Amino acid sequence: MALAKAIENIFPQRRKRRVLPGFGLSLGFTVFYLSLIVLTPVSMLFLKTFDLTWAQFYGSITSARVLASFRLSFGTAFAAASVNIIFGVLLAWTLVRYDFPGKRIVDAFVDLPFALPTAVAGITLTTLYAGNGWFGQYLEIFGIRVDYTPLGITVALIFIGLPFVVRTVQPVLEAMELDVEEAAASLGAHRWYIVSRIIFPTIRPAALTGFALAFARTLGEYGSVVFIAGNMPMKTEISTLLIITRLEQYDYPGATAIAVTMLVASFILLLIINVLQARINRKASSV
Amino acid sequence: MIGLQYAAGKLPEHDLMVTRSSRLSEPRWVRWIVIGISLLFVVVFLAVPLALVFVKAFEKGTEAYFMAVTTPDALAAIKLTLLTAAIAVPLNVVFGISAAWLIAKFNFPGKNVLTTLIDLPFTVSPVISGMLFVLLFGLQGVFGRWLDEHNVKIIFAVPGIVLSTIFVTFPFVARELIPIMQLSGTEEEEAAVVLGASGWKTFFKVTLPNIKWGLMYGIIVCNARAMGEFGAVSVVSGHIRGATNTIPLQAEILYNEYHITAAFSVASLLTFLAVVTLIIKKVAEIKIRRQASTTNSQSFTGTL
Amino acid sequence: MSIAVRHLTKKFNGFTAVDDVSFNVETGELIAILGPSGSGKSTLLRIIAGLEIPNTGEIHLTGIETTLSSPQERNVGFVFQHYALFKHMTLYENIAFALKVRKVSRSEITERVNELLELVQLKGLEHRYPSQISGGQRQRVAVARALAARPRVLLLDEPFGALDAKVREELRKWILQLHEQTHVTTLFVTHDQHEALEIANKIFVMNKGRIEQEGTPREIFDRPLTPFVAEFVGESNFIEAEVSEPHLVRWGPINFSVNGYPLREKMRIYFRPNDVYVSSAPEQNHVKATIAKTRFKGPLIELTLHIGEGKHVIAHVPKGVSFTSGFTEGSEVYVGITEYHSFSKS
Repeated sequence: MALAKAIENIFPQRRKRRVLPGFGLSLGFTVFYLSLIVLTPVSMLFLKTFDLTWAQFYGSITSARVLASFRLSFGTAFAAASVNIIFGVLLAWTLVRYDFPGKRIVDAFVDLPFALPTAVAGITLTTLYAGNGWFGQYLEIFGIRVDYTPLGITVALIFIGLPFVVRTVQPVLEAMELDVEEAAASLGAHRWYIVSRIIFPTIRPAALTGFALAFARTLGEYGSVVFIAGNMPMKTEISTLLIITRLEQYDYPGATAIAVTMLVASFILLLIINVLQARINRKASSV
Repeated sequence: MIGLQYAAGKLPEHDLMVTRSSRLSEPRWVRWIVIGISLLFVVVFLAVPLALVFVKAFEKGTEAYFMAVTTPDALAAIKLTLLTAAIAVPLNVVFGISAAWLIAKFNFPGKNVLTTLIDLPFTVSPVISGMLFVLLFGLQGVFGRWLDEHNVKIIFAVPGIVLSTIFVTFPFVARELIPIMQLSGTEEEEAAVVLGASGWKTFFKVTLPNIKWGLMYGIIVCNARAMGEFGAVSVVSGHIRGATNTIPLQAEILYNEYHITAAFSVASLLTFLAVVTLIIKKVAEIKIRRQASTTNSQSFTGTL
Repeated sequence: MSIAVRHLTKKFNGFTAVDDVSFNVETGELIAILGPSGSGKSTLLRIIAGLEIPNTGEIHLTGIETTLSSPQERNVGFVFQHYALFKHMTLYENIAFALKVRKVSRSEITERVNELLELVQLKGLEHRYPSQISGGQRQRVAVARALAARPRVLLLDEPFGALDAKVREELRKWILQLHEQTHVTTLFVTHDQHEALEIANKIFVMNKGRIEQEGTPREIFDRPLTPFVAEFVGESNFIEAEVSEPHLVRWGPINFSVNGYPLREKMRIYFRPNDVYVSSAPEQNHVKATIAKTRFKGPLIELTLHIGEGKHVIAHVPKGVSFTSGFTEGSEVYVGITEYHSFSKS
């Protein structure tokens, strides 16, 4: 008896039970499903990459056509995200701070790109901006060509990426305490000063996160772009289409090479997003 | 300055256009312009495209519409889409609940890694997602030869479509449930456990009612995405008409063959689903907000 | 004996929340665990309920070892600070929960729930939802819910912390009444000393994970055994001085006799404001002082007394006495200290 107590006092860590039930079951199932559905396919990707030598890999992704597609994909994603960060913040501001009839409908609308199949978005936007489309016909008068150009791709990506900025900035705006603004006002600051020196800095991390999310999402976009782009190699061919083309030619290593490059870029973006998110959380709690 | 104006009764007390104290807001004309720009943006980029789908779908009249959505190919596409969703969504719901319970109610090393991994399909391009399955099960893929020998078809067949859809819609329910469950904390579950309830009983009687709106929204969104997935399925399906075409793929084929109206008719089915999704989301949001505010209303003390 | 706790220790990531705690609670007692935030009192309660697993130590409930049993098996009643009522169930369903889990028959459940609703004075409200009743009512439902399955022990974790002062006071009296009716062994955690002093049979004062003193409210208040208890419970003056002569500490004109401390020992001496006796006429062993400040504190007046060269003492005097004796700022009075507790500073 005394011996048991003595042992107990030497090894005090033997009790590791959890109070709420279900830990074992949920951990087991979650990890199992995750491994099966996600980890296995993804690891395949990296395994396949090692089929190539470094030289082959490098050669595969630096052909003129591939580089042109990278320039296009990254460029349009960046442009679209830039547009979205401006209008997304504006829209989030409107939805949080202002009241107007139909506000709820507009708020629900923001999620449309999220809920709509990308292919439907694709054929819709193409029809809209085609030479005889509802918008296209007017734009043509000004000599602006949208379909079959990078501009068209950008328009499609603006559509896809908008909710990411709005939905990231909205909660931050909603959580902002009014008393900070009231304090500034009582100290004599006029409205624009408050907006630019107090409000914008607070939402900046969220806006940047939204930018990064929109960018990452639209980088690999396919369905909404492939109709309006025209898909001319070297001009309006996006990287994802190139991957499909190589797959159809059974050039698995070639397709993999492009995919891995894009994944690495996305991964770096994810990292940036997480760092920014941590920044937001720290700022929110340090008040 | 502003305070004096307010005291002098010069500023209106309740302004239709502002949700917070009008003393602390932008001048009216600024508000009008900002609202105007935002609305214009929404109309141009979101509302008009949505309208276009339905206008184009019914351009040739209601009869043509119904004919377009009931061709054998269209019906096959609808059936396949429904089948895919019927498999992918329940599986992902079970996973989502399991993952949310794990992450929200427990602490353990590696929790962050797990959360990041769950988000992985969300950040990967759909085309790359589909490609992964081709790499695994395609003719030159890891299991390609074995599958060929046993005459099992995954790529260019229904299983491939289902698998890649599961992959792509994998995080949706989990991502929806995790913050909700984290917000509601563990106290109600602890109370149930102390009162004698087993794990399953606690989950069904206490946890589930609290997350029902978030769960509903997660299911709806997961379903919308599962039915509408294009990129991944496009890679994996082989576009075999009548057999491996989902509704989005069918719409693509019709469009590429210049059957514009028919393409939009088919597309309108999923567009309608998207609108329903948005409505349900709004309703769920309102309910969740109401729930959160009553839990926090400890200021209502009233009578003893 | 209802609860026996032996050498309980609980650490979180290197921080020791509960440090080698042992005590006994007899059946039917109403015990308060009193301490500041971070003292480990809530953790201790949760360990007894089974909501935390201790690193070392044992718990016995009514003689049975329950250290490792799950909360479900222990049959203890637990009341949370923020009620933790099931917000999607009516009050009736909340209270009936423990009984439904134990598969009690429908008629028995109805009987018991009605009994409890009567006990907590909420009859007629059973079909409402938690969001529709007040904070004080919610807490009473939480208590009824915890009592439904006739637990052997009732544990309350800062039960009134989230409520208004007036409601708190009334619920305090109500808990006392309830205990007298049900005789359930009750343990409650609080940081509010008035609560503990008012209703508990016995108080365990906790600080930094350890129990500093165990005793009746009287004992805790009148005879603190450690500086912490003296400072935490009730208001205190304290002074620091050396033992300058055998068994004597001088502080200005006041002498404190201390026994058993060597010369030069640094001492801390506590005395309560209501143990400071103030009179307008000189009395034996009293020293002269001037009233520097008076403050109105409801039923009593607080006098800040200046006793020479920067030495001040706070005294509490009943309002009537202060009035009759004419205590005003600047007047000269005579002061004697009727009770004090000395502790060595080391």
